[in-house]
Amino acid sequence: MRDVSIIGIGQVAVGEHWDKSLRELGYLALSAAMRDAKVERIDSLFVGNMLAGELTGQEHIGAMIADFAGLRGVEAVKVEAACGSGAASLRMGYITVAGGMSDIVACVGVEKMTDRPNDTVTSALAMAADNDYEALHGLSFVSINALLMRRYMHEHGYRKEDFAPFAINAHANAVNNPYAMFHHPITSRQFAESKMIADPVSLLDSSPIADGAACVILAPTAIAREFTEKPVRIRASTIATDSVAVHDRRDPLFLEGGAISAQKAYAMAGVGPGDIDLFEVHDAFTIMSALSLEAAGFAARGKGVALAAEGQINLGGRIPITTMGGLKARGHPVGATGMYQIVEVATQLRGEAGHNQVPSAHLGMAQNIGGSGATVVTTIMEGN
Amino acid sequence: MEVARYWRTTGQRYQLIGEVCHNCGKKIFPPRDVCPECDKEAKTPYAFTGKGEVYSYSTIHSAPEGFEKYVPYTVALIRLEEGPLITAQLTDVEAKDVRIGMPVEMVTRVLREDGERGMLVYGYKFRPSLLGLQSADLHPVESAV
Repeated sequence: MRDVSIIGIGQVAVGEHWDKSLRELGYLALSAAMRDAKVERIDSLFVGNMLAGELTGQEHIGAMIADFAGLRGVEAVKVEAACGSGAASLRMGYITVAGGMSDIVACVGVEKMTDRPNDTVTSALAMAADNDYEALHGLSFVSINALLMRRYMHEHGYRKEDFAPFAINAHANAVNNPYAMFHHPITSRQFAESKMIADPVSLLDSSPIADGAACVILAPTAIAREFTEKPVRIRASTIATDSVAVHDRRDPLFLEGGAISAQKAYAMAGVGPGDIDLFEVHDAFTIMSALSLEAAGFAARGKGVALAAEGQINLGGRIPITTMGGLKARGHPVGATGMYQIVEVATQLRGEAGHNQVPSAHLGMAQNIGGSGATVVTTIMEGN
Repeated sequence: MEVARYWRTTGQRYQLIGEVCHNCGKKIFPPRDVCPECDKEAKTPYAFTGKGEVYSYSTIHSAPEGFEKYVPYTVALIRLEEGPLITAQLTDVEAKDVRIGMPVEMVTRVLREDGERGMLVYGYKFRPSLLGLQSADLHPVESAV
């Protein structure tokens, strides 16, 4: 198996891109990453995407984006794992390069969500849940997270306002990220007063619907320095699964898929949670931050929220999370999100995170979650 | 219109018919053919009593397509007395009166309508257990009077 590195990164600012189509967004991120890697051709293209068919009426977007980017003829397929699609496409690219099948591989995460009204997008997102046994009963994806949040508060004795530090930290970090959707900090008072969506989840617990695209270029580490001074090594890339429906989990408050994928990643990299300098967490909702921190071993069961309250998740803390704004404030273009996380970790490890730079960041980790925990992709990366 | 899709799950939705694993005895709902506990095949039908208690709940203010006219409505995870968790709506109860641990029982109600001339989809919802309500009415907590 060959060692694999990221030799180029590219991203489009997350937001409401009324003037850009899905293919344009994908192309912009891909071309930016190819310029960054100084490559003019690639061997394979993996496109991570969840909702192109449902929201834009367009499937077959591997070939679509390859053609639009002037790469006609190249191997190209779409990878789908709900909100975990972005990092799942990285995993496919990683396997392809590590296995020696291709040398230069592009992995793009792209999503176009803002062409459709909110209730249509709400229904589309619910497809990440179990359609026959969750969505049929009128559950939105938000309400599934609300069920988890209320039970977590009940079992571990938290109040709703205890979750505020996750959202406040994300917004504070997004202020300095030019690619983020939101550039305004929020206060605990705003958090407490924000509109209820599915009790106890309110607007400021939730990540926003958005358009976006991000991309990385992979190459064998042995030749990475021919392209860049700052290659970022992929030390581990894993995917694990759990039941799609929350009611089928052994313990709904423990992300078994998150724990398995993190443990496999730590074993693959030969490190533990104590070695990780920053963690891009899948904060689709504040409760998911807590559950992911616990599954990945950064906090004991029921202590994820306490970790945030202690300030340990902030840029100066023990384990900085959502360092560029996270899903909450960078934005959550679902199938693209996992690739934004990878690009952001790479940015930190290249020392290019500006005001948000985590000092002497050497090892970074991202955990991208599909659905409420059915697919969990963990990636560990290493800088120079 | 997806008649076959709803028709093939009527046993589950009208009568809570799941499965029991003959290898380890686990009661399974929704039916899934392979036991999640021991990974052996489990295809023997088993009718659940429909009694359980609220494990968690949420009131939805922003609904998916097809459910807008029911807003606000309360959804829940119910722990059935035979063991499994099940996802369903609560009915015949005000959102403010729902509590974790509240005893509930299954009833059959309309889950959704596919448009004005479309199919009515019936299925299970859960309401506060009538037995539980009666005993509360008969013995009011003194401090609340």
